[in-house]
Amino acid sequence: MGTDALRAGWIWDGSEGNPLCSEMGNKQTIFTPQQLDAYQDCTFFTRKEILRLYQRYRDLAPQLVPLDYTSQPDVKLPYLLIGSMPELKDNPFRQRIAEVFSEDGEGNMSLDDFLDMFSVLSEMAPRELKAYYAFKIYDFNNDDFICKSDLEKTLNKLTRNELTEDEVRMVCEKVMDEADLDNDGRLSLEDFQQMIVRAPEFLR
Amino acid sequence: MVVGVLTPEELEKLKEAVDERKKLITTLRGKPWPMMKKLQTLKESQEFVEKYEGALGRGRGRKLYAYKVMMQKKWMKFLRDFENFKTACIPWEMKIKDIESHFGSSVASYFIFLRWMYGINMILFGLTFGLVMVPEALMGRPYGSIPRKTVPRADETSAMDFAILWDFGGFAKYSVLFYGYYNNQRTVGWLKFRMPLSYFLIGVGTVAYSYMVVIRKMARNANEQGGGDDTSFNFSWKMFTSWDYLIGNPETADNKFASITTSFKEAIVEEQENRKDDNIHLTRFLRVLANFLVLCCLAGSGYLIFFVVRRSQKFALAGLENYGWWERNEVNMVMSLLGMFCPMLFDVISSLENYHPRIALQWQLGRIFALFLGNLYTFIIALMDEINLKRKEEEVIIANMTLWQASLYNGTLGENNTTPVITVDPADVPRGPCWETMVGQEFVRLIISDTMTTYVTLLIGDFLRAFIVRFLNYCWCWDLEYGFPSYSEFDVSGNVLGLIFNQGMICDERAAPARLHVPAVLGSHVLQRPPGAVFKASGSNNFYMAMLLVILFLSTLPAIYTIVSIPPSFDCGPFSGKSRMFDVIQETLENDFPAWFGMVFSYVSNPGLVLPFLLLMILAIYYLHSISKTYKQSNLDLKKKLQTQNEENKKKNKRAALKAATELEEARNTLQEQQSQSNNNASNRGDRRLNDSNGTTNQIENGHTAKNHCRPPYPHRCMDRPSVPRGPGMPGYLPGLPHRPAP
Repeated sequence: MGTDALRAGWIWDGSEGNPLCSEMGNKQTIFTPQQLDAYQDCTFFTRKEILRLYQRYRDLAPQLVPLDYTSQPDVKLPYLLIGSMPELKDNPFRQRIAEVFSEDGEGNMSLDDFLDMFSVLSEMAPRELKAYYAFKIYDFNNDDFICKSDLEKTLNKLTRNELTEDEVRMVCEKVMDEADLDNDGRLSLEDFQQMIVRAPEFLR
Repeated sequence: MVVGVLTPEELEKLKEAVDERKKLITTLRGKPWPMMKKLQTLKESQEFVEKYEGALGRGRGRKLYAYKVMMQKKWMKFLRDFENFKTACIPWEMKIKDIESHFGSSVASYFIFLRWMYGINMILFGLTFGLVMVPEALMGRPYGSIPRKTVPRADETSAMDFAILWDFGGFAKYSVLFYGYYNNQRTVGWLKFRMPLSYFLIGVGTVAYSYMVVIRKMARNANEQGGGDDTSFNFSWKMFTSWDYLIGNPETADNKFASITTSFKEAIVEEQENRKDDNIHLTRFLRVLANFLVLCCLAGSGYLIFFVVRRSQKFALAGLENYGWWERNEVNMVMSLLGMFCPMLFDVISSLENYHPRIALQWQLGRIFALFLGNLYTFIIALMDEINLKRKEEEVIIANMTLWQASLYNGTLGENNTTPVITVDPADVPRGPCWETMVGQEFVRLIISDTMTTYVTLLIGDFLRAFIVRFLNYCWCWDLEYGFPSYSEFDVSGNVLGLIFNQGMICDERAAPARLHVPAVLGSHVLQRPPGAVFKASGSNNFYMAMLLVILFLSTLPAIYTIVSIPPSFDCGPFSGKSRMFDVIQETLENDFPAWFGMVFSYVSNPGLVLPFLLLMILAIYYLHSISKTYKQSNLDLKKKLQTQNEENKKKNKRAALKAATELEEARNTLQEQQSQSNNNASNRGDRRLNDSNGTTNQIENGHTAKNHCRPPYPHRCMDRPSVPRGPGMPGYLPGLPHRPAP
């Protein structure tokens, strides 16, 4: 689940000549220094990256997002805007990702949620944290268990409904067989973690 | 709150609490909480720490404590800034991230590998350049001062020709790039820099460094992987980890979807075992046939190279000027072309075999490996032949030298003691053939021609193809992009293999005396499609690392052989005049180190000591190997035990819960019966009783339901009177029932 999309080409364009970085880039007025420090402590990002993320967030809806966050305004961007970001646009699970990280569970994200989401998705986040959130993402009905219907939904999103009913059923049964350690017909967080921790390619 | 005098225990507790809070602050970003909660916790913890930190420092050394805290904060900030700086310094990080998002992570891993190898090559080049080439260039005798450093008179006119320079002859040959240039003076310059020693040690050192780096990387990879290839969670992994979250490009996403679907379908088919080998004999026969064909190919290519090298020897003897460009570069061209077309041939042949794609890939890589290895070794053997030839030549020339020297002093041979020093222009001195430089030249030519052919094929094969497809598509009948010929795929494994072999050749050439480090091919894979079927040959990067190691080993083998067994040329290079190249070590020991050191060394290098030591090392390796096997085995056993334990526990829980549920049902049923019975009784005995028992049964029911919210369902041993709800520890409460605390 490692998207260090921040480091990719997109986030670097447009960082010049924006209202944030004047002169040395130290005199930004969006956040108070305490806010920035707090964000640095709560996410895996550096000061610069946080400011860039803010800029990306603002670019989604310049008229909605204020330039001054010192008063902690309560601004939420609707899911449609979030889901149109290039990093998420092609991801089959983008809706679930937005839902998991948003406060209201509908995908409408404030700046805090936005930062949180990218912090977890970045490559600096540890495996266990990613596993925890991955579990939540794949749990479509939010019942803290991945049941058969969740698996079916996951598979269909992953293959864009290209597999037949039979095949889908078979795969879900196999997955349940493999990963369900306590034999209750659904995957709990522990089952999921047990299974994920051995995966060779999980961090990618 | 003013903290007065605190007892030591309270102080201790406070300190612990403060430390705990501090730890919480540092690990806050790894906690799976929503941002609001994190910010809140952060604020609270920080306030707590600030409030009590000052208090803790009261009394003794308060200022010191505060100072320590401040230094810690500054240190954390510094570390953070340094991390940022380090990441910013990594070259090409942006480009690789870009590639990762367009093409997926397996392609990006190729480029990360490439970058790593480039780094290693740069380090090695730096070492060689700084410690060998620069001293010789600055402090050694300049060009033209001694025979080995001057272009021979006969070649002088053509020394600056581009064709000759391209072939690394002429002035290029007589420069610091090649072995032959180096003087065998023991020390050079005012620094008394030990040139031959440095040459030898750098040669050995670069090889050793390469080994060390590769092995260290392998160990690190192995640690990260841990379990290694586990097939126990095949489908689960496919479902949860196959999506590449780094993809940000619709085309790539499409491809990824397609590949995931295919992978699932294949896995399903395998699982259902529908692949009935209707004719296992046919399959076997086809596989044997395929292997036979491959062997023929390999043998054929080996023979071709041998033949071509022989021919080039004949050309060389007859004088290269008589032949055109093809004859001169025949060997290199043939090797490069073989390296290009044979893998394609293997691909076609492997379609006969009908293997699972992963296995087919492993076979394919193995065959390409064998091909390259065979070619390299044939080349080296042919070179050996040439070396022997040159050495025979050398003997002839040594004989001629005495004659030539005599001819110089013609007439003045009478006096034995005072022969006048006749100055001869170095260009005129007859030269020995200097096989070391020849070997170096051959390798350099090979590498350059390899690089050239790769570029050319890239241009023609991929670029032109893509160009044609993209533009002709508008006016062509079928969809060129999806059908034939389409864009070419980026063959990750093939490219990695190519990289590894390049490195092997460079190692070879480095150990043999040429000092040219050609960095690996940085191709521009602009118009290539990302790989459709992402099948890795093995789960980890260690497969490629292991191959790199093998190649390194196999390429240093011939070099070591030459160093140990063939005497160096008599008139060129830093080891000229010695009987063996490693004599330089002996010399250094004798002259530069105190006497006792030489004695110690001679004792240590006594075979009587070395052999037992080797034996000891072999035994140690065997011991460590068997220990690691037993550890792995015990790991597996523990895992299995844990798994079965979990299953047992959960089964038990489930059973108990089931039992509780059935008993609850029973209890309810009996209660219902009781109720109906007592209703009947009441209707017989009159209203009052009815009300009473209704009330009581109601009470019982209400009590029952009310209690149900707070306690787990436990059976009501209902008797005629309303019973007190039983809790744990009371008689009649079933043991082993899940006891959840009241919310």
